[in-house]
Parts: sequence; structure tokens; C-alpha cells
Amino acid sequence: MQTTQTGQNKVALTNKDLNSMFFRSMFLLGSFNFERAQNMGFCFVMIPAIKRLYKPGKERNEALSRHMEWFNTHPWLTAPIFGVTAAMEEEKANTGKVDETAIAAMKIGLMGPLAGVGDPLFWGTSRPVLAALGAGIAMTGSIIGPLLFFVLINVIRLTCKWYFLRYGYTKGSEIIQDMAGGRIKKLTEGASIVGLFVMGALVSKWTTINIPIVATKINGKTQTVQDILDSVMPGMLALILTLFVSWLLKKGVNPLLIIFAIFGLGILGKWLGFLG
Amino acid sequence: MNIIQIILVLLVAGIAGMGSVLDEAQTHRPLVACTLIGLILGDVKTGIILGGTLEMMALGWMNVGLAMAPDTALASVISTLLVINTHTSIGEGIAIAVPLAAAGQALTIFVRTIVVFFVHKGDDFAQKGRYRAIEWMHVIALGLQALRVMIPTGIVLALSTSAVEGVLKSIPTVITGGLQIGGGIIVVVGYAMVINMMDVPELKPFFYLGFLFAAFTKFNLVGFGGLGLILALLYLQLEYSGKNNRAQTATASAGSAQQGNSSSAADDDLDDDLDD
Repeated sequence: MQTTQTGQNKVALTNKDLNSMFFRSMFLLGSFNFERAQNMGFCFVMIPAIKRLYKPGKERNEALSRHMEWFNTHPWLTAPIFGVTAAMEEEKANTGKVDETAIAAMKIGLMGPLAGVGDPLFWGTSRPVLAALGAGIAMTGSIIGPLLFFVLINVIRLTCKWYFLRYGYTKGSEIIQDMAGGRIKKLTEGASIVGLFVMGALVSKWTTINIPIVATKINGKTQTVQDILDSVMPGMLALILTLFVSWLLKKGVNPLLIIFAIFGLGILGKWLGFLG
Repeated sequence: MNIIQIILVLLVAGIAGMGSVLDEAQTHRPLVACTLIGLILGDVKTGIILGGTLEMMALGWMNVGLAMAPDTALASVISTLLVINTHTSIGEGIAIAVPLAAAGQALTIFVRTIVVFFVHKGDDFAQKGRYRAIEWMHVIALGLQALRVMIPTGIVLALSTSAVEGVLKSIPTVITGGLQIGGGIIVVVGYAMVINMMDVPELKPFFYLGFLFAAFTKFNLVGFGGLGLILALLYLQLEYSGKNNRAQTATASAGSAQQGNSSSAADDDLDDDLDD
């Protein structure tokens, strides 16, 4: 605000504005809707910046309107987009050299790649791995399980959101070149390896399928079908079933339908006695 | 239950409902929501165990693109409430959680459609520069998501415990037992969703490696997490140092072509997920 006295009429976002955006970004998806997804949320987060950069009037109204456009990406990785958008708005307010289409194009351009990184990295790896870890401990009745999950996932989330908002703001549109570099690919690949490895372990350790049908009876010792399968390879059925469901999902079968089918199978198995 | 407990349960229901749309702090995940409800009702252990069990089932439930996952917020809050208040088994908890997750999904889809109306209001306010009003539209939309879980929870609270107990007890054991069996198997749907998300062919061996390790060793999940991390680091070191060597021996084109394939495979897969 004081900078207006230098004669340059240069407005810049303050640290407080960025903090406010960071805080608001935790509510980005509040108005998620089927017409334009995260559009009003995006505008909601941008308001502190718009208020700082544009005086009441036509320019401010236009700025508000342009951030009501369709927008959808991974909620945690919106941080760099907010940073870059804020930097571009600042440039536009000061020099007028950035036009509306450039801002819109940048938002659309970053949306896809960031969802492409965020979905496997956070929804595909960090959350299921931490949740499985927490759930494993929780099933013994220990509070450590939920706490571990809640604290770790939020530390990851807040660190990413905080750092990338500032990174996007300082780097401005440079970030687009940076994204094309190998670093993000490396990160996604590394996370996928951890995720796949742990999922493989979970298939074996945490799936309970038991076929209690008696297969053989030698010297009064009974052996069920499950005992035989376990002696060949523990968790074999779970693996086969996982691969089958994975195939079904790729064919576009609704996951809820599969879930109900498996429950149906469970009830049938209990009734006829081939599952226990 | 006293009045303070009722208020706190409704509060948690609201927070979980908001968490479900925001997908930020993960308060809608069973591990967190069930634990909180258990804590309020004075039986935190049951809450944690049910939370852990449901969390394993919901491991792969995620919102990708415009697709909605089954809703863990409503399922966690009400199932924990019923299991603790009526002293029923975890099996029955699972039995009610699954249809509740489907109902919660339908409700959130309903709210996300209604929000379109508030967004149109937001457009008008943007044109007039009334940013405060846009903020209100956003907050009201978020409030609706809270109510979507609070109201059904309130209805369940209003019903007498004995009536609910009667309904739960009237479920035949073949159904509850069967659902419990199904609950042990259902986790494969989550695993399948997660591995489909990271479906890069050359990383697939890590999934089988994890499976084999778990089948024949006694590592716990912390061990698997650590092992996965080390494998990821080793793989990245070898992969990227190997590429430099290849570049020197003038076969760089083959290497980069392969990389191109892998990234497009990942993109295709993500598209598949978005298409669901």
C-alpha cells in the first residue's frame, strides 16, 4: 500500500495476502459443483489477491469473474497454480502486459499435469500407504493408528501447499518450464514404486479369504482347501481376485457394483459353507 | 447419551461432511471419524477398531476428476454410533456401513448439483464486485455439505436405541456373517483401484515383489514401507544413471522413446479413471 507513494503506482501482494490465500485454499472444494467443479472455490482463494491488486471498479469485477470459470485439479496441488496466478495478476495490475487469455490458458495448462501428478502421488500412494499403516495398528485397538495417519498425512499436505504456493508466486510462469523437467517424473515414479510394493504386501497380508472345505483326512488330521492353497503360496486367491477386479475396473465396471457383488459372494459362501 | 454428547456427535458429523467434500484434513476417513465418535461415546477402542476395519475397505475410495467415491463420512459416523450404542459386532458395523456409503454418495451428488444455483448467484455478485457475497455463497455451499451428514445422523440419534437394536438384531446371522467375510475380501477393490492408478508396465514387478515378500516373510507394514522406499531410491539411481550411459553410447533415442511410452501409458490410465 505504501508503494503507491513512490510514483510508480506499483502494487504487490503482501506476506499476509499469501497467508490468507494459503488458509483459504484449505476450503477450495467447499462449493464443488457439477457445472464448473472448483470454480467458485478458486475465486474464493483469489479474493485476497484481487482485493489487494485492483481498486473497486470494472477491473476488480472482471478479475472476480475470470476466476469463476471452470477449474478442476488435485486440491493439494492447486498451490503452485494459485502462486503463478497471483504473480500474473500482479503483473497485469501493474503493467497491463498480461491479458486475460494468458491467465486462463496458464490455469488450464497446469490443471491437467498437476492432477496427473497429484492423483497417483497423494490419492494413489501417500494416503493409502499411511492409511493402511494406521489401520493395521488401529485394528489392534491402539490410538497410535489413527494418530499416525492423521498427523503424517496432514504434515505432507500442509508442507506441500505452503511451499508450492510461495514457489509458484516467486517463480511465476517459469514454473511451467520447471514442470517439464525430470524432477516431477522422478517423484511420481518413486512414489509409484513404494505404492505398488506396499499394495503387493497388503494383498497378501491383509486380505482374509478362507475356504474351510475339508479336502483330505489323513490319520484324523483334516486338511482344508485353504491349508493346501497356503502351503503352495499364501494369499494366492487374494492376488488372483485383485488382478481380476483390476481388470474389471479397467473395463469400466462400477466399483460399487463390484463391492456389492463381493458382499453377495460372502453371504452365499457363508450360507453354502464354502467361505468362512 | 447426554446432551453434550449429542451436540459433539453432530459436530463431528458436520466436520466429517465438510471433510468429505474438501478432501483436505481427511476428517472424513473412517480412521479419523470413527475414532472421534468412539471418543465422544466413551468407547474409543471400538471406534478405533471399526475405523481401522472400514479404512482398509475404503483404501482406494478417492475422488478423481468429477467421479465421486462412496462416502466414508456418513458411513463412518452412523455405523460407529450404532455399533457402540447398541453393543453390536464390528461385522454388523460393516453391514450397515456399506449401504450408508452408497447413500452418502447419492446425497453428496445431490448437494453438488444444488450448488450450481449458488455458483450462478456468485457470477452475478462477481460482475458487481461484491466479493463478500461470493464468499458467502461458497461458505453456504460448504455448510450444505456439513448438513448432508448432520441431518441423517440427527435422525438416527432421534430414533430410540431399542428400535435400532431391534432392526439390527433381526438381521439373520448368515447375512452378518457373510458380510463380515465379504468385508475381509472387499479390500481387494481398494488395492485394485490403487494399482490401476499407477499402472506403468515397467513398475508392475514391484507389486509382485511386494506380494512375494509378504507371503513368505514376517515383515510388518513399517518394514514394507521402508523396504519400498529403499527399492524406489535404488531404482531411480540405476534408471537415471543408466540413461546417461546410454546417451553416451548414442542410443539415447531408444531410451527417451521408452520414457515417452511410459508416461503416455500413465496418462492413458488416468484418463480411464477420469472416464469412470
